[in-house]
Amino acid sequence: MTTTHTRKPEPLEFDKPRVSIAKPEYRFDMQGEMHDAERVERAMKSFVKDFGRTAAIYMESCIHCGMCAEACHFYETTKDPKYTPIWKLEPFKQAYKREYGPFAVVFRALNLKPRVTVEELQRWQELIYDSCTVCGRCSLMCPMGIDIATLVSQARHGMFAAGLIPHELWAVTERARLEGSPLGATPKVFADRLEWLADDHEVEIPIDKDQADVLCTMSSIEIMKYPDSVVATARIMNHLGVDWTFRLDGYEATNFGLLAGNSAAQKQLTMKLIDAAVACGAKTLILPECGHAYTALRWMGANMYGEPLPFKVMHIAEFLAEQVHDGNLRLKRLGKSVTFHDPCQVIRRGGAIEAPREVLKALGAELREMYPGKGTNWCCGGGGGVVANHRADGLRYKTFKLKMEQIEKTGAEMPVTTCANCRQTFDDGQAHFKWDTKMHSLLELVADNLIEDEA
Amino acid sequence: MSLLEFARGPALQWSITIFIVGVLWRLLGVFLLRSKKDLSEPRNRAAWKGLRLIGLRSWPRREFLEGTAFGEVMGYAFHVGFLVSLFFFTPHVLFFADVAKGLLGTDLTGLIGIGWPTLPNGIITFLSAVSIAALVAVLVHRIVSPVKRLISNFDDYFSWFVTVAPLATGMAAFAHLGGYPYERLLAFHLVSVELLLVWFPFGKLMHAFTIFAARGSTGMIFERRGASL
Repeated sequence: MTTTHTRKPEPLEFDKPRVSIAKPEYRFDMQGEMHDAERVERAMKSFVKDFGRTAAIYMESCIHCGMCAEACHFYETTKDPKYTPIWKLEPFKQAYKREYGPFAVVFRALNLKPRVTVEELQRWQELIYDSCTVCGRCSLMCPMGIDIATLVSQARHGMFAAGLIPHELWAVTERARLEGSPLGATPKVFADRLEWLADDHEVEIPIDKDQADVLCTMSSIEIMKYPDSVVATARIMNHLGVDWTFRLDGYEATNFGLLAGNSAAQKQLTMKLIDAAVACGAKTLILPECGHAYTALRWMGANMYGEPLPFKVMHIAEFLAEQVHDGNLRLKRLGKSVTFHDPCQVIRRGGAIEAPREVLKALGAELREMYPGKGTNWCCGGGGGVVANHRADGLRYKTFKLKMEQIEKTGAEMPVTTCANCRQTFDDGQAHFKWDTKMHSLLELVADNLIEDEA
Repeated sequence: MSLLEFARGPALQWSITIFIVGVLWRLLGVFLLRSKKDLSEPRNRAAWKGLRLIGLRSWPRREFLEGTAFGEVMGYAFHVGFLVSLFFFTPHVLFFADVAKGLLGTDLTGLIGIGWPTLPNGIITFLSAVSIAALVAVLVHRIVSPVKRLISNFDDYFSWFVTVAPLATGMAAFAHLGGYPYERLLAFHLVSVELLLVWFPFGKLMHAFTIFAARGSTGMIFERRGASL
């Protein structure tokens, strides 16, 4: 691995099925200049920094039954034991026992757990970033009830502090820090796009209102790759007569800080949204079709803010379901059979399990559930930053076969999801396998089927 | 001092002391850590309902059963065999009563208000044999399964040994195996139990306590979010 200091923002590629940093000629999977010992120390300190009671209970509870392997799409499709979820935490488990656990003194004195080396951490980078989407399926399998996905996120904090994250995750987080967006959706770009979209689609898009009941946000994937989702958001909000706005000081819900393990960047990106919502007195902040954005703000935002948020946070699918439920949103019938791909962070870990299904019902769709489905649905393979990581492509395509099989088995005419990151993973997988099935956005389906005169 | 006297005397006292102090140390070392308050708006306010995960996770979801059935069945087989033999074998109950009387100054019947039930020796022997067979099966599986072999360490093998040893020595003592004097077989059995007690707080056998905390914590966090349990 090569080390790097500050570099210019890495070029992006927009002509591919997924939006990412262009494939780097030379990878920089080790960042910063520091001694090996310092890297290890920083990794472990950062890992245990936020170590509370629950994480410690998890660390004390593993019985090495190996059952979590059966729940992991990376193991399922390769049968390589190194992809066993709990094994992805091995250096950190080792460090916990040696440095932090109740018997750390004994473990150190008798050297029962050897000191973790930087070489181990480098080897584990692939396991923590390339082969874990933090989808949390293993957390549903563990007979001890260990939330392995949460521990992987915590391990990522350690890896970031040690300067040991994959090139692309480092590069996009740098872009977010330098430009305000990980994937080029800077305030200027966003403003230009909104103007263009408003003209092109003849839709009113309010920007930077001083006061608004609802603050809408988008992900950079939607802004740069799926601008129809931006238009769909505007159409639906206008159709419902909502007092809403986009704000250039807080529109970007993508949070690569969370994915990279960079807590400071995560907080900075989260605070932008919170500050923008507070500035316009929003009662509700609507998150876009983006899985990890939901985790970052809905479940972690208040903890970053330090107090309960003074506004409600909803995923767009939850908002749509509420509008359907309240009778505000009447939709044309799709007249098609659909299957719903459950984005892990929204459904399995986020709890918005029924909301998208209620919207599909309102669309008159014949819903054909996948098996396994809902909370135990297989991940698309692209979450947790994996789809942005060129090095992980081959492995990701292997896992994608699971999704293709699952969807084909339903016989549904149309797969639908409510996460732009899943969607681009499907687009990329579709192109790779020359698959004739295209993933659709729930949000865009709703916008395309509004019954206008019912407003 | 004979081996039996040692096993019944200082070895028993020390192993019980190490067990109690060690278990308390490990549990307190974890439970006294801070726990940050979650400030996010809950989807379900009654997060305590997530405690049902303690029961729910006792059997895998249908979707996961195919790949885990062997581990589940064998796990239940050796746990049930071990625990039933431990708590419902007549000599064990008499032994517990003796220890309780020594520690508390009262007999168990007086303490819990009813007599402690026991099972016929034949059933105990059968369950102990099932337990040993299941433990052998899980050991073989640990060695031949690439996943389990990779993630296993000393703790896994030693914990297996200290679990199977009391069962094996107990059955040997009951059957007066190999022509050894009963006292010696009983002493081996007691020493094997003491080894288990001494190792218990340091290795993975502690899951007997932490399983409830781990499942309960995850259950409450997930229930609060409305996430899948």
